[in-house]
Amino acid sequence: MSGANDGCGAPAGGAPMPATTTDQAVVEGRVLHDGAPVATGYARLLGTGDEFVAEVPLGTDGGFRFFAAPGSWTLRVLAPGGLRAERSVAADYGQITKVELSV
Amino acid sequence: MSRSDVLVDADWVEAHIGEPGVVLVEVDEDASAYDKGHIPTAVKVDWKKDLQDPVRRDFVDKTGFETLLSARGIANDDTVVLYGGNNNWFAAYAYWYFRLYGHSNVKLLDGGRKKWELDSRELSTDVPERPATSYTATEQDSSLRALRDEVLAAIGKRNLVDVRSPDEFAGRLLAPAHLPQEQAQRAGHIPTARNVPWSKAANEDGTFRSDDELRELYQSGAGLDFGKDTIAYCRIGERSAHTWFVLHELLDLANVKNYDGSWTEYGSLVGVPIELGDAR
Repeated sequence: MSGANDGCGAPAGGAPMPATTTDQAVVEGRVLHDGAPVATGYARLLGTGDEFVAEVPLGTDGGFRFFAAPGSWTLRVLAPGGLRAERSVAADYGQITKVELSV
Repeated sequence: MSRSDVLVDADWVEAHIGEPGVVLVEVDEDASAYDKGHIPTAVKVDWKKDLQDPVRRDFVDKTGFETLLSARGIANDDTVVLYGGNNNWFAAYAYWYFRLYGHSNVKLLDGGRKKWELDSRELSTDVPERPATSYTATEQDSSLRALRDEVLAAIGKRNLVDVRSPDEFAGRLLAPAHLPQEQAQRAGHIPTARNVPWSKAANEDGTFRSDDELRELYQSGAGLDFGKDTIAYCRIGERSAHTWFVLHELLDLANVKNYDGSWTEYGSLVGVPIELGDAR
């Protein structure tokens, strides 16, 4: 787990999963284009009214991970060439919500 | 200062790659981003390893900054163009250091690494070799940095701008939603702080919004009194460096400080007032 004084940037693919996730509301997944992982791009987590919440650069496997508050969110993906995708997701403590998006 | 003095776009950078006297610097927290590919000729600065004191909670001192810039081949009269991931958070943080230590000609690449990538512009894995210089920094400019006692004294008197997400501001999260949530400190915000998340100052591609949109955001939107001094903070001071850049460099407000201790310091102090709940 990240220490209190560590940075708050998101590593590509998202931060590693902590040892226990009972107190975390995890949303994770990967992004594909024509069935292949999108290694360059950004996953954005948005709240009500498109309010920005967080952003993760995609990992080499097209992966991303968020640790949200419980609730409903919108996931939006941006990739080079104007590729985009969007999906609604729900998060809750102790749950790992898995999402696959195609752009 | 105005926008054209402190901000360059990707076309400008492409046209100046390799030009003597112009140094591109990628600043990241995730230093592997640079290794995966960077703007041709850019040198790397690691937010943690290069810019933080390895023992105390503080950033590099004057000598450390001089040593770093000398090793990277940056001279006092170079034009330094900073860019990085995370919508330029750490690049803006480094920009703030360059100003603190008196470098006059420093700019940010608008949109940073994200815009460059989304534009499908060229990235290189070649690491440039720049001859070392003898960089001389000035003493830290204390007019740009707020420490905790000054922040406490500013409650109810100056503009305090909390640039974290609404959930962090309200106390529902202790860290941004892309990080595991910590329990090391109390949640909430500094009393009287306005919540203007850093992200509202940026477009989706990471570029800054227009000056008019930014004035509207902070003045009419958040009710900041531009006639008062301002302190910006976040969790560790890098998202607030992004907002400090907006207020002090783009909008040219006088007396804007970044509180780099930010919530990881304030939320751990004994006996200080904390407010919970959403922005009013």
